[in-house]
Amino acid sequence: MDTMKATVQRENRPATDRPDREAYVSPEVNIFETRDGYVLEAEMPGVNKEGLEITLEENEITLVGRRRGEALPGEALFRESRDFDFRRVFELDPAIDTAKIGAKMENGILTLTLPKSERVKPRKITVD
Amino acid sequence: MNGLSRWQRPELATWPGFGQLSSLREEIDRLFESPLAELTRGSHLLSGWTPALDMFEDKDNVYVRAELPGMKKEEIDLSLHNGTLSISGERKQETKFEGAEVYRAERFVGRFQRAVTLPTTVAADKVKAQYKDGILTVTLPKTEEAKPKQINVNVA
Repeated sequence: MDTMKATVQRENRPATDRPDREAYVSPEVNIFETRDGYVLEAEMPGVNKEGLEITLEENEITLVGRRRGEALPGEALFRESRDFDFRRVFELDPAIDTAKIGAKMENGILTLTLPKSERVKPRKITVD
Repeated sequence: MNGLSRWQRPELATWPGFGQLSSLREEIDRLFESPLAELTRGSHLLSGWTPALDMFEDKDNVYVRAELPGMKKEEIDLSLHNGTLSISGERKQETKFEGAEVYRAERFVGRFQRAVTLPTTVAADKVKAQYKDGILTVTLPKTEEAKPKQINVNVA
């Protein structure tokens, strides 16, 4: 069922389609589908509510997370973390009711809830 | 590198889930377009979860910071032994979406451990840790003997 694959990301967009591709990293995500809709979790350590930008354009949702953490004082002895902000784009299932998308940011995890509109939810039809 | 050693328990490397395998293509893309630093982290395919770790130092303290998004404070363990700081913990599979269809499962589930050798002696009883926005910051005050001192030498 193709429409069900829905929140699939366009992984291989041409480079020119991305604004300054050097400046972002792609957050790791989990995507679940339940009867009522989708849930998307994205890992964005160092990003808080204020650093989050979620934009919706036609059937695409763009998640941007800007790191707001303070730099550590002193001299770096060892460094693996990167300062890049997070960005990832997803194409939405047309069944999603975009007016009801919810977002929550907790401990560096963004949780998006994307409910399906009432008319597409599975329902039982009783035969008289 | 400043006598610094990194160590990870070999059995922590778990077989990746299918969700992670499906992002193999992405991993390969990264190999070709990213600087070398990228290869040493972020790749769960090869190493389980290796949270990014930073260590800084100023006059008074050593600071260690680890990116641990989505943890509960109680699930993070810190220990200091023979001048080595270990950070470990376990991220558990959440059960709230049981029965749901999974489209992507890139987030790591399971145990992790990182360890760093500290550059100087620290006062173990004054170590502080804070967990905020998915980032753990450990502040380790240096012992008085370890702090840099100005020595005045009178030249006769």
